[in-house]
Amino acid sequence: MKGAALSGGRIDAVVIGASAGGIEALSVLLPALQPNMVVAFFVVLHVPRERPSLLVEIFQRRCALPVREPEDKEPVAPGTVYFSPPDYHMLVEKERRIALSADEPVHFSRPSIDVLFESAADAYAERLLGVILTGANQDGASGLEAIHRAGGVTVVQEPESALMPFMTLSALQRAPADHVLSLERIADLLRTLAGPVPASEAQSAPQ
Amino acid sequence: MLSADSDIELQLLIEAIYRKYHYDFRCYAPASLKRRVTAAMARLNCHSYSQLQHRVLHEPAAFPELLDHLTVPVSEMFRDPSYFHSLRAAVIPVLRTYPSLKVWVAGCGTGEEVYSLAILLREEGLLGRTLIYATDINPQTLQKAATGVYDVQRIPSFTENHRRSGARSSLSEYYTAAYGRAVFDKSLRKHIVFSDHSLATDSVFAEVQLVSCRNVLIYFNRDLQDRAIGLFRDALCRKGFLGIGSKESLRFSAHTDAFSDLIAADRIYQRRDPP
Repeated sequence: MKGAALSGGRIDAVVIGASAGGIEALSVLLPALQPNMVVAFFVVLHVPRERPSLLVEIFQRRCALPVREPEDKEPVAPGTVYFSPPDYHMLVEKERRIALSADEPVHFSRPSIDVLFESAADAYAERLLGVILTGANQDGASGLEAIHRAGGVTVVQEPESALMPFMTLSALQRAPADHVLSLERIADLLRTLAGPVPASEAQSAPQ
Repeated sequence: MLSADSDIELQLLIEAIYRKYHYDFRCYAPASLKRRVTAAMARLNCHSYSQLQHRVLHEPAAFPELLDHLTVPVSEMFRDPSYFHSLRAAVIPVLRTYPSLKVWVAGCGTGEEVYSLAILLREEGLLGRTLIYATDINPQTLQKAATGVYDVQRIPSFTENHRRSGARSSLSEYYTAAYGRAVFDKSLRKHIVFSDHSLATDSVFAEVQLVSCRNVLIYFNRDLQDRAIGLFRDALCRKGFLGIGSKESLRFSAHTDAFSDLIAADRIYQRRDPP
């Protein structure tokens, strides 16, 4: 089922978690996104909390989709890339709004990848794709497991291609990954899965 | 277990807490509430929300422990220094024109924000004529807040935040450090009333010139946010000020027209005159 449905229309959202080396990895993934993409992207990147986040500024220049830090209870807009604001957890509610929290750090991290992934798994169930990228922290492993349990698609960057493989290895130990890929192949997968429903499929849909 | 089943269990637990203890978490934002309850479940050695519900209903000691997990937000003194900087620049000059002042810190948790405001008001020469109402739903947290005692390891970051808030004095003038703890000056405490109050179930209790309620609304769903913001509107005097968290917004609220932006970047609003 999962393999058969690897085309546009399969998912509504993509969650991405990265830590050490994450800016470089996202610099490969986010510029690959295309303006016609119809899913929402949520990104948690661990950054030092005392520094104001320049991530939106950095990535808006390289990404065809709008990139923003959400406000609390903002409705999720398809085709938007949301970066968690520094020093807040970012969660998704079932009513498809973004919620923030200042609860204690998880795995020494706020924002935490687990917090995003677990809430998104609840909100989107099987219509979610989760990606774990480079990092030296085990944040994200239990979140990816939650996505797997909810029937979503799990993707992990090939550990040997990650600047810091620990996070990808922790995720692979914890949850079965549907795809273990290089950054370039993850970008290909996102282009396929996050794009519009192919015309052939839309036409052959049951009346 | 199916997640739909556990959602039912979670709702039943929240309902049980409301019926037995009159704490209303029914309108909290579901995603972070679920995380908090799940974390509490592990700490209270329960394997399901139903088991936790059983303990909460039948063991009187279990509820306060659960309440602690559900309510204690982690804050720090002068969190978001630019907020306090903007208060000094744009709000304090107006507050100076009042002969006496009332300030409401809603959802004060363990008191970091309350002492921050008290110190700021003292630095600006206004604390002497100010009464600060500090409210929270958790009585244990309020007790802790009233002691004004914090782990001394937290002082360096408090000090740095305070400095960046436009400090007119050294933070060390306001506490005494001993045995790993920093005890804040009792003379600040004289201007603070700590009180049990729920934004979900209680009403307005005073007219105030400033409401500061930061990173509390994020835990509420939109209905409860509207209720709380309505209380703030009703508590504020004409042209009174409201400060909320840096990622909170009045944009999605039913009361958005009741306020105008004063310092948008720091989420400081001013009450508009009713039409």
